Amino acid sequence: MFYIYCPYCGEHREEEEFHPKGQAHLERPKEPEACSDEEWGDYLFFRDNPRGVHHEMWVHAVGCRKFFNVTRHTVSYEILETYKMGEQPSITADSQSQAREGAAVSQQEGVRA
Amino acid sequence: MQRYSGFGLVKHALSHHENWERQWRNPTPKKQYDVIIVGGGGHGLATAYYLAKEFGVKNVAVIEKGWLGGGNTARNTTIVRSNYLWDESAALYEHAMKLWEGLSQDLNYNVMFSQRGVLNLGHTLQDMRDIQRRVNANRLNGIDGEVLDAKGVQELVPIMDCSASARYPVMGASWQPRAGVARHDAVAWGYARGADAHGVDILQQTEVTGFKIRDGKIYGVHTNRGDIEAKTVGCVTAGNSSVLAKMGGFNLPLESHPLQALVSEPIKPILDTVVMSNQVHGYISQSDKGDLVIGAGIDGYNGYGQRGSYPTVEHTLQAIVEMFPIFSRVRMNRQWGGIVDTCPDACPIISKTPVKGLYFNCGWGTGGFKATPGSGHVFAASLAKGEMHPIAEPFSMFRFHSGALIDEHGAAGVAH
Repeated sequence: MFYIYCPYCGEHREEEEFHPKGQAHLERPKEPEACSDEEWGDYLFFRDNPRGVHHEMWVHAVGCRKFFNVTRHTVSYEILETYKMGEQPSITADSQSQAREGAAVSQQEGVRA
Repeated sequence: MQRYSGFGLVKHALSHHENWERQWRNPTPKKQYDVIIVGGGGHGLATAYYLAKEFGVKNVAVIEKGWLGGGNTARNTTIVRSNYLWDESAALYEHAMKLWEGLSQDLNYNVMFSQRGVLNLGHTLQDMRDIQRRVNANRLNGIDGEVLDAKGVQELVPIMDCSASARYPVMGASWQPRAGVARHDAVAWGYARGADAHGVDILQQTEVTGFKIRDGKIYGVHTNRGDIEAKTVGCVTAGNSSVLAKMGGFNLPLESHPLQALVSEPIKPILDTVVMSNQVHGYISQSDKGDLVIGAGIDGYNGYGQRGSYPTVEHTLQAIVEMFPIFSRVRMNRQWGGIVDTCPDACPIISKTPVKGLYFNCGWGTGGFKATPGSGHVFAASLAKGEMHPIAEPFSMFRFHSGALIDEHGAAGVAH
């Protein structure tokens, strides 16, 4: 069970109030008609699927109903930060030290509350 | 290979069952193979088995980072059916179904395939229209299927709440009598034993850490036990496929999600078929041991942790108790998660890749177990010939650029 900090409500709430909505920071091509089939297919269907730090959108569905971003580790499931739409993450896969990665993987048992 | 038989059982009883031979060897890796299969789950082992047995490629290694069948093969709810809507997927799953029907004899290994039938329930008028359309499509493809009304469902499953006062009343169902369940572990073990008998090297606790690629062609893999060379490499790594694709320098349109399942304490025989509901969203069957085997939808977020969240378990059990009030006080024994690689169109990828000689068989999402023999067979044919098998052809990864998707979302009778 996640305990998620909604950056708009300014409070931690339980996972059931939220829905995950997939990869964050996707940009719709400015001129879809100018895209090749590859570019358009990549935009529609291809997603980052990292084993590690992931940036994703969540919606506070039964709260403020706003979308926001979450940086989360996909093995330990640890939520590293949440931030508003339009903002950039302060934690990325590159900024995470190797030591931290190792520690996260070794914590695989049990979902962090 | 020591063949199994009733006579053998009696013979070994005389020596207190202490002299059974090991089912497969534990060989040291050779420097070079004709084909390397990455991933020792059901699909990977089936691929190796058919490569050696039917397609004459015997110098094969299966590389598995953990132990055989320890991933989704061990974590699914063992349902086998082939009642898919579209021609492409119907051909693939029915190919698998035909192989299931002779599998125990073929492998000389009891996979406990039990054709007890599968019900896909309809709870709304639209459900029933979709069911009629799907059953008609199935019949045109030579797949058995019937549309039942609520009375017909109640006769098959007397313990289910089919009354009009249910929150989501059962209006009817599709019924595939040839569908059923199989013993998941036995499938992995049977294929492993068969492949080993045909000379396949099964390398457990061997993890692929990279691909050896030169001029856009693959010529081997790096592993934690040294480099191994092969001009053909097939990856069958389910939830970890994206990680391997990245090692090959390309992306796949996959997202890995946790999918949870659970079993109850063993109870006396009470449910002799498989019941699935897309609308209320849960599925249930009873194993030979007596436990109720229960599953439902994925956890919506990406994850590689082989576990999910409690609200998903709660929703699953709400659905089961809604359909079967009689189970409301059955206690659950175990719960677990597997990592499923879901595709945007809920159909697998069996495909060549941008790297020559490197093939992927992935994207099976929540429904790979039922396809194990068919998937292995067509993938083996493709690896052996260097050209995709006609049944596998439509499942190319390049369909996400061409637009020729095979949209089984919802149409397949269960949400993915």
